[in-house]
Amino acid sequence: MPRIPGLKTHRNAELGLLGFSMVLVAVYGATVEANQYDKISSTFWVPAALLSLLFLSLHVVIRFTAPFADPVLLPAVALVNGMGVGFLRRLDIAKAISDKDPYPGFFAGVGGRQLAWTLASLILAAVLLLVIRDHKQVSKYAYTLGLIGIVLVMIPAVLPRSLSEINGAKLWIRIGGFSIQPGEFAKLALVSFFAYYLVRKREVLSLASKRFLGIDFPRGRDLGPVVTVWLLSLLVLVFEKDLGTALLYFGLFVVTLYCATERASWLIIGLLMFFGGVYVAYLLGESVGGPFANFYDRAQVWLDPFNAEFYEREVGGSYQLVQGLLGLGTGGLFGTGPGAGSPGFVPEVRNDFIFAGMGEEIGLFGLSALLVIYLLIVERGLRAAIAVRDSFGKLVAGGLAFTLGLQVFVIVGGITGLIPLTGQTTPFLSSGGSSLMANWLLVAMLLRISDAGRKPASGGPQDRAAGPKQPPAQLHGAMTEVIKP
Amino acid sequence: MNAPLRKAGVVILVLFGLLFANLNWVQGYKADAYRTSDYNRRVTVAEYERPRGIIEADGQPLASNKPTDGQLKFQRVYPEKEIYAPVIGYKPVDNAETGIERSEDEFLAGTSDKLIADRLSDMFTGDNTGGGNIVLTLKTRAQETAWKELTENERGVKRGAAIAIDPRTGAIQAMVSMPSYDPNPLASHDSKTFLAAFNKLNNDKQKPLLNRAVADNKPPGSTMKVIVAAAALQAGKTQQTEIQAGPVYRPPGSGADIRNAEDETCPGGQVTLKEALTESCNTGFARLGVELGAERVKKTAQAFGFGQKDLTVGNLDGSGLAVASSETGEMANPDGSTDQAALAQSSIGQRDVRMTVLQGALLASTVANDGKQMKPYLVQQELDSERRPIYTASGKVLRTPINADVAKDLREMMVSVVENGTGTKAKIKGFEVGGKTGTAQNAEGADDHGWFVGFAYNEKGEAVSASCVMLENVPGGHASAEAARISGLIMKAAAGRGGD
Repeated sequence: MPRIPGLKTHRNAELGLLGFSMVLVAVYGATVEANQYDKISSTFWVPAALLSLLFLSLHVVIRFTAPFADPVLLPAVALVNGMGVGFLRRLDIAKAISDKDPYPGFFAGVGGRQLAWTLASLILAAVLLLVIRDHKQVSKYAYTLGLIGIVLVMIPAVLPRSLSEINGAKLWIRIGGFSIQPGEFAKLALVSFFAYYLVRKREVLSLASKRFLGIDFPRGRDLGPVVTVWLLSLLVLVFEKDLGTALLYFGLFVVTLYCATERASWLIIGLLMFFGGVYVAYLLGESVGGPFANFYDRAQVWLDPFNAEFYEREVGGSYQLVQGLLGLGTGGLFGTGPGAGSPGFVPEVRNDFIFAGMGEEIGLFGLSALLVIYLLIVERGLRAAIAVRDSFGKLVAGGLAFTLGLQVFVIVGGITGLIPLTGQTTPFLSSGGSSLMANWLLVAMLLRISDAGRKPASGGPQDRAAGPKQPPAQLHGAMTEVIKP
Repeated sequence: MNAPLRKAGVVILVLFGLLFANLNWVQGYKADAYRTSDYNRRVTVAEYERPRGIIEADGQPLASNKPTDGQLKFQRVYPEKEIYAPVIGYKPVDNAETGIERSEDEFLAGTSDKLIADRLSDMFTGDNTGGGNIVLTLKTRAQETAWKELTENERGVKRGAAIAIDPRTGAIQAMVSMPSYDPNPLASHDSKTFLAAFNKLNNDKQKPLLNRAVADNKPPGSTMKVIVAAAALQAGKTQQTEIQAGPVYRPPGSGADIRNAEDETCPGGQVTLKEALTESCNTGFARLGVELGAERVKKTAQAFGFGQKDLTVGNLDGSGLAVASSETGEMANPDGSTDQAALAQSSIGQRDVRMTVLQGALLASTVANDGKQMKPYLVQQELDSERRPIYTASGKVLRTPINADVAKDLREMMVSVVENGTGTKAKIKGFEVGGKTGTAQNAEGADDHGWFVGFAYNEKGEAVSASCVMLENVPGGHASAEAARISGLIMKAAAGRGGD
């Protein structure tokens, strides 16, 4: 794409930040080797270099397909992704040492696999940027995407446990040695659908209301979609046994609803309904058991993880949570240093508990930095939503960014004992293809929308400087519903 | 719709703020609690990264380490098994240590402040130098003799204990408790092995985990007469003072007669104090006790260490094996006046009098050391990982219950016991041995406990050893003779140096 004179794309800033991220990843890898082998091998830089090559390729794609995209998103996400690969490779190195195996190859073990998944994810992200040149195109497929989203959410719930359950949460499709977490992709599809639906319904939902206690409440019949999604998420809670996922979908919906209607009442109704539902599920779990029992157990474990009875419990006990907390505590403020901790005591340290495993080694300061990077990604996503001009783009970017933040909150809050533990992955960090691919698609979408928001309204700088204000772009076939008296 | 989007940003900010606050709680406020939690295996693994210090005596390792291939890099081993277990204790992986392994834990583990130099150098070199080493005062020959003679005793006794002390310093030369246990399975890295071994020992009716030498007290029988004799000597009586005896004594206000063990023991009306002790005359000492009064008897016993509840034997700085208190009992009626019958019986070591084996040895050692009681200790030296001494024990006077004159009188009387009286079995060729036997009745129908407290001087007149042996429930009477025999052998082994 030809460079537009006088308008900054900040692509070189992106390149510089990316370089900085990759230096951090390389230093991390070197520290790991220094702590594990007591010396740094001559090839410590190879994983970082391979990652740099991958991210550099995406950077080039961005230069040509989304030149005005936010320059911070890619380097920030690349840093988290790189740290994840580095930590997983650290687990491989520790395993190789304890098995007396030679230095692990760069494509071996979980670290190597994660590197391969990163390659696949970046290809997907690049394809999305290349194929979807205008994010409004997505709205054409909104209903299809909505259907796909719901199907993806429901598949693990209806599959037998043997094909869908890992660590007590039914969030998976397991075929042979392979497992996919369809919910990760579902959130992308659902955001697009919600955004489209709400752009159409926003007038109705925001204007027709009854005033009660100083707050505008919607009409009964307009509550339909909210109630539907609420029920859906509670079903997810009960049948997929996962509070986090339920919270994620419901939060996603309520926030897009709130953004579309600008009505705080929707937030209040949503939160009350959700937490009321959760509390009822807890009570039902205590008295009735059955499908509610799992959630009740998890809440019990959350309330008192150090209880010996919960700790000893083989299935659904607090062993993992406790070991994660102990790891975090052992790390303390500064951590033991990359490669110097014992993440091996936390069974699922490569997946759900990666944050606890890293926390032992990089300490409170390291984790805080990591949280700030996540915050940066989320806030940059929200900024893209604010900058973009069309309602659909705003809702999609806002919804995606918020979901990402919510997911980080749900999993990190879960492993640190702030909320009941759930089976979510940590975006960009956890090992596993579904999560990485879905989240890179999410980032690609944010890049696309931020590009749309930051580039001149049309064509060149002359238009932008002098031309008349363009009316907001209309969605394909989206007729805004009007209130009938 | 920009306003709600900004508010959504604020919501995320608040959620992340909660995460941050909670992380501060977990990694800041609770960090120490989590770091040292019993559930935290890291603590254990880190502990086993460096070899624990060795516990040794006479250059012989009694607790050492074997490298493993496992996650815990060292296996604690106790090559001598039962012989030293009551002293050394054991170091389990996840549970509390016992014995010296417990009292010297920080030093052995290398975390003691005394070893700060080692830890600092580790920090720079990245090494894991071992913990500090402990050299015990025990003399392996005395300890082995004590164990062998106790377990192979001629009377088939199943439970008992023996202690030998150097009276001049307070250094413990031997400390044995029977039955004992093999500490090796208790140090197993496999928690099932540990639990099986521990439960078996803990449920054993013979209580092998109990250190009978220090943690248990029993009625001392006639060994108590040494204390009553000391009280009499301090009250102005001499070895030759005639005291009333006879075959039977009925204390005032009591229905129970006190008799002698044998009809031929002090049948006459009067015996000297020395003869009374030599023959272990019950009626004589019961009368003597009543004559001296409860206060005097109790005071003298307390002067020797009765009633002390906080004594430890290990390091002279204070940490060590907890010693049970020895007790005289109240000897009082409900109205507060002296119960003469109880006083009479207590004066011959019955009724509510209880004594630990260690207290028995301290009694003899005080007499042998001119009335000065040295504080007993087990830790001779603490060495750092390079075997440089960090601490070396030197004797410390614990108390001086009697003066040198009284001690000299008691010494002569106790030598007479071994030369001519009830303790002849304790004689050792080439040594001057003194002592006192004790046969303590206990529960109705149960066999008596046999005691012997004694000391030995070498040909140069140095008090080389004091000892106490206690055998529980010796079948078939004359319970103390076997205790006297074993005591003599232990002291002989303790006095020997080098190859003899």
